[in-house]
Amino acid sequence: MTDVTVINEVTTDTGLSREVLMNLGPQHPSTHGVLRLLLQMDGEIIERVEPHIGLLHRGTEKLFESFTYTQIFPLTDRLDYLCPPSNNLGYALAVEALLGIKAPERAQYIRVIMAELSRISGHLLITGALPMDVGAMTSLLYTMRDREMVMDLMEMISGVRMHTSFCRVGGVREDLPEGCAARILEFCDIFAARISDYETLLENNRIFLARVENIGTITGEDAIALGLSGPNLRASGVDWDIRRDEPYEIYDQLEFEVITRDDGDCYDRWKCRVDEMRESLRMIRQCVRQMPEGDILIDDPKIAFPVDKDLLAHSMETHIHHFELAAYGFKVPKGEVYTAIEAPKGELGYYLISDGSEKPFRLKVRAPSFVNLQALTERTTNIKYLADVIAMLGSLDPVMGEVDK
Amino acid sequence: MAPVELSLAPVLQLYEQRVGIDNTAADMSCLMVSPDDLIELCRHLRDDPLLKFDFLSDICAVDFHPEAPRFLLVYHLFSTRHKWRLRLKCHLGDPAVVPTVTPVWTTANWHEREAFDMYGIRFDGHPDLRRIYMWDGFDGYPMRRDFPLRGYKDDYNPMGVDQPVDWGGG
Repeated sequence: MTDVTVINEVTTDTGLSREVLMNLGPQHPSTHGVLRLLLQMDGEIIERVEPHIGLLHRGTEKLFESFTYTQIFPLTDRLDYLCPPSNNLGYALAVEALLGIKAPERAQYIRVIMAELSRISGHLLITGALPMDVGAMTSLLYTMRDREMVMDLMEMISGVRMHTSFCRVGGVREDLPEGCAARILEFCDIFAARISDYETLLENNRIFLARVENIGTITGEDAIALGLSGPNLRASGVDWDIRRDEPYEIYDQLEFEVITRDDGDCYDRWKCRVDEMRESLRMIRQCVRQMPEGDILIDDPKIAFPVDKDLLAHSMETHIHHFELAAYGFKVPKGEVYTAIEAPKGELGYYLISDGSEKPFRLKVRAPSFVNLQALTERTTNIKYLADVIAMLGSLDPVMGEVDK
Repeated sequence: MAPVELSLAPVLQLYEQRVGIDNTAADMSCLMVSPDDLIELCRHLRDDPLLKFDFLSDICAVDFHPEAPRFLLVYHLFSTRHKWRLRLKCHLGDPAVVPTVTPVWTTANWHEREAFDMYGIRFDGHPDLRRIYMWDGFDGYPMRRDFPLRGYKDDYNPMGVDQPVDWGGG
């Protein structure tokens, strides 16, 4: 759906030059959702890009204020809908920090496995979608096929493919089902070979390279000023990963490398994610191997539902606690906390202010895609032609659910 | 050699009475500043090699209606060199006006537009202060605590609550 408005016409030596305003989106396949871009162009040359966001705004932060702490989990799923376990994890960490509790170690491992699986699922989309945006259709079909394996694992663990809502304050909902660890390892083996396939398919593809190499270059300094985070920042050579620098959960017990690239162009942002999937596989393998036996939810009836559901039928006490928790929720002590995690898109921050009641007084989401998308407007990136905007947008990998909150 | 721990004593000394410290939160240090000194302090925090807060993570607006001062802006800073974090708080009255920090951190642009859109906080000197989520012509500031959950009645929202005559603020 494109409309063109001519705003200025100039006759030059070479012919007629037209300055036009063009509308790209919100219903356009390369905008990855409902993003509308207003482009001011001189012929095919881009002069100004103005993103219009908010078409998917659901008032999540306003809703947070009238939901209990347990009810908020499904809302966080819908932020970055490609990787719900990461969103759940960040939120759970914020509430746990104010409560002063920690999830049992096994639960932390399960959370990390799910977060890394979801990172693969999120990165797989852009691994296939960026080439598709610039004309290489094939790759998306392959990455979607492999993404289905991740979805199957999610379904096996949580019962649903997409909006898992698997975290709970103080742990996770259920233990891994029988045979799940073997399936995860099997996936790791199959998928490791597939990553190399993508590289063979695309890294020597001249058409793909011509569209992404040296396009949309962002220097490290600019990237920091723009607030880019995650793979977008690391592609510009800034060595910062929250998993390593401010480890949460059990990341300090895992061995992994932080992938950085030097050029900061569209290709580097793509490649950075491909390499990160390998590191994620490495982490998942370690997690499955190191994972201890034990509880998956803290044993505090005032905060967590009973893991053993039979107790509900036999113990009056459990029954009362369950009712109270389901009907009113639990209180979180007065205070404030900012927790940041390395979500697939970058720094996902939750700033929670509690007034001591069952509902947050204010819960702000620092959505990485929201900040990353701003780079599109920046003139320091060398976007010249209309086609470059598409490559740039694809490589920034915004998810509109998170941009619009 | 780079310092291992964040020390805010030099900042507090430099700004004497103008910058306060808030020790209530356990997760990170927090400075309190008035809107008048905000830009000066932000520049100092970013440029001082011992602090080097070059990364603005987030700007969060909070409404304490009906308490006064009504609004609070919370800036979360991060240093990519030293890997430490700092919180900056700035209390605002109603109507809320504060200078923009976009010249210090480019990323503040959209964060401030969001705070303007949702809370009606004005950022002096902002290059492009427009609504970001809601459409142009939308009345009211949805994240304010006195904004009804169902919204105000208009063409798009016939089930909403009747609008007050005078908006005040913003």
